[in-house]
Amino acid sequence: MTSPSDAPGGTKTPQVAFRDARTLADPVFEVGGLSVFYGDHEAVRDVNMTIGRQQITAMIGPSGCGKSTVIRCFNRMNDLIPTARVAGKISYHDEDLYGREVDPIEVRRRIGMVFQKPNPFPKSIYDNIAYGPRVSGFKGNLDDLVEETLTHAALWDEVKDKLKTSALSLSGGQQQRLCIARTIAVEPEVILMDEPCSALDPIATAKIEDLMERLSREFTIIVVTHNMQQAARVSHRTAFFTADVDDKGERHGRLVEYDETIRIFEHPADQRTEDYISGRFG
Amino acid sequence: MTSDVIPRAPAAGAPETRRLKGRGTPLRERFFHLSLLASLAVGVIFLVALLAYVVVEGWPRLDSRIWSNFPDIINPANAGAQSAIMGTIWIIGFTALYCLPTGILTAIYLEEYADPLRWYNRAIEINIQNLAAVPSIVYGILGLGIISRGLGFGQTVMTAALTLSLLVLPIVIISSREAIRAVPRSIRDASLALGATQWQTVRRQVLPAAVPGMATGAILALSRAIGEAAPLLLLGGLTFITFNPTGAQSAFTVLPIQIFNWISQSRAEFTALASAAIVVLLVILLAMNSLAIWLRNRYARRW
Amino acid sequence: MSAPEKGRRRSAAGSPGFLRRSQPRHGEKVIKVLLVAASLVSVATTIGIVIALIPPSMEFFRHVSFGEFISGTEWSPLFKPPHFGVLPLVGGTLMVTLIALLVAVPLGLGAAVYLSEYADPRLRSVFKPVLEVLAGIPTVVYGFFALKAITPLLKDIWPAGDGPQVFNALAAGFVMGVMIIPTIASLAEDSMSAVPHGLRDGAYALGSSRMQVSTRVVFPAALSGIVAAIVLGISRAVGETMIVAIAAGGRPNLSFNPLEGMQTMTAFIAAAGIGDLPTGSIGYQTIFAVGALLFVMTLVMNLLSIRLVRKYREVYE
Repeated sequence: MTSPSDAPGGTKTPQVAFRDARTLADPVFEVGGLSVFYGDHEAVRDVNMTIGRQQITAMIGPSGCGKSTVIRCFNRMNDLIPTARVAGKISYHDEDLYGREVDPIEVRRRIGMVFQKPNPFPKSIYDNIAYGPRVSGFKGNLDDLVEETLTHAALWDEVKDKLKTSALSLSGGQQQRLCIARTIAVEPEVILMDEPCSALDPIATAKIEDLMERLSREFTIIVVTHNMQQAARVSHRTAFFTADVDDKGERHGRLVEYDETIRIFEHPADQRTEDYISGRFG
Repeated sequence: MTSDVIPRAPAAGAPETRRLKGRGTPLRERFFHLSLLASLAVGVIFLVALLAYVVVEGWPRLDSRIWSNFPDIINPANAGAQSAIMGTIWIIGFTALYCLPTGILTAIYLEEYADPLRWYNRAIEINIQNLAAVPSIVYGILGLGIISRGLGFGQTVMTAALTLSLLVLPIVIISSREAIRAVPRSIRDASLALGATQWQTVRRQVLPAAVPGMATGAILALSRAIGEAAPLLLLGGLTFITFNPTGAQSAFTVLPIQIFNWISQSRAEFTALASAAIVVLLVILLAMNSLAIWLRNRYARRW
Repeated sequence: MSAPEKGRRRSAAGSPGFLRRSQPRHGEKVIKVLLVAASLVSVATTIGIVIALIPPSMEFFRHVSFGEFISGTEWSPLFKPPHFGVLPLVGGTLMVTLIALLVAVPLGLGAAVYLSEYADPRLRSVFKPVLEVLAGIPTVVYGFFALKAITPLLKDIWPAGDGPQVFNALAAGFVMGVMIIPTIASLAEDSMSAVPHGLRDGAYALGSSRMQVSTRVVFPAALSGIVAAIVLGISRAVGETMIVAIAAGGRPNLSFNPLEGMQTMTAFIAAAGIGDLPTGSIGYQTIFAVGALLFVMTLVMNLLSIRLVRKYREVYE
């Protein structure tokens, strides 16, 4: 496991030189001793990691390793599960995300989320984009904002003639890109993506990956993925999670290794990571 | 299955094909199937017979007198159910006004806000399930003891509407909850992840999607209230009334009670009159039920 | 295209307390209070029922001993001398309920098994609405049909003796049974549909016939839901008023002959309630005493049914 201080020297990836500028010296999240419980069951145990600004951080690992649970902690979506309880600390720009005064609504306006299955609202494309700004009291010109956002998400040309038609008429890949566009319309700083391509075909997946690459210049992105190639393709840093099974047969997710993506895939420090990467396990 | 079971390979050729040939459905199976069908047939036959009977019996009296005339004990040929029909309309209007908002708000609370692990929320839930099965005459006792005499509302449209609202409230709540529950979790997640508050999410995403289902439930609840007679017997509904209600403070009668009244009369003319009024009542209810079913199919789930 | 400026509507990240609520949301609190208030209406209803029942019943039992009430065999509260033995009313209720169950349990369960295990979607779409319409017919109409059509029919076809009286428990019970079929059928079908398909597939794979799967696999697995359906059916039969008030007669009659007329608890309450008795009179109080007994009986059955339904939901959902 690396500490934040290892990061600045990430110059071994000349083909993506812009990554150099982004280092863990400018952290967005600092996670310390994070555990998540569902009822009495400890689903994730003692996670420590730092997430840097305007990077794509991938979380990989076998099913049930708790990576989706962890990502839902970053914008307090776990609050919505009555039995869920979070222990340990997540700081967001030095502010405790789970502090007493913190308002989860305010958190989610800064830290957006894209889900596994595309989930557009059963409304028009326009209304899907306008929804976030509307609920947070946007006073400016919505038409401009919708156009700007869709252009930003590289979707404008595909939908500009049917803004008033139902978002459900779009293809799955377009729906998912609409969901990403909808998220950036609120102008968050961070976008969380929970297996955003798992319901899509390879072509749609490639488009989403392109979009992620472009968006990472302005947004901090954390992505959970089942797909190791995807993590290798798009992410700057990768966290590998796995699940320990205790004597009662319960699974407890834990973070095994967290490093620059290239190191995780080429020189993993931990045998379990190596086994997973090389397909011997998981 | 254990591994030491050696599968017996069927002999090749003719014996195998013979073995797979069925011996036809055993008699027992057919009898069972038929008796199940017969149980449903009883319901169908009963329904057809009932409808045919009331239409045939009521046919001679099924004309405009039913809705344009008032009750008349002396001369059945002049009698009609206008005051009862108007009473039903007034009371159902008020009932809708009381029970629909209350029921829908309760459903929203239980589905969207309440922590199901808390004992008091579970108690509310069990309480509603029980209320749905409390005999309607007991609601009549509640109306009589508390609303009419205790609170002093008297034998009025108001008392009747409040009593019926409480009677159908569980139905409104249970059907609204089902409609809300049918809205997928992912829609709520999407809205909340965009920074919407809980109420914004409910108001802008959940409720619009749940409206058709809630409307269906509301119509069914109100049709139950329209057909209900027992509790209103205790609230003065059987009084002989030859005028239409003029407001919440009016005395009242309603269609099912007017029917009950005519059934109790021994003269044959009144039986025909009761049948004719039953046809009117059933037509109203059938229209409402069809509307509910149409709504349900028209706005069947889009996800 | 230029990147939109970040966070233009909010305080800068990192400034103290930037994750606090940016504007007060009083509306959210008001809404929540409103929702809780609405939910308390149903709680108040139950409390209201109890409050309506207890004081007049207490008053009643000051005049009549509980022993006389619960074990007396004569019920004539408005005559002189009055008798307050509730057994004839309870007997009438049980007689009509028993007849109703003899009709509704086999037919309701048969319908449920058919709909859950046999019917293809086309047949379901015919039979389901029939059951829904049956459930939607007002009970005053059922009562009318029992009195004017079923009773005369029974008289016509009765093989020996005089046959049923004008008011009788048999016709009322039969019609009530048909009325309860949808209640039992729909709840029982729900619980059968909740039985996992794996169980059925397993049985079919072992060469079971459809009847064997229905009776030996699905039926036992859904048993608690089926019992719940029957218990709820009993509760509805005990609480039904209009059918018995119209077709079973208004004379308290402790008898085992279903061909005779007999008054049920509900029919008595309705009859006494029609009379507009003065508050505080013993006649008025009898409404509440009998009502309390009725409420307790149905409450026990409802809670039992709710428990059983939860049980099968816990197992399969």
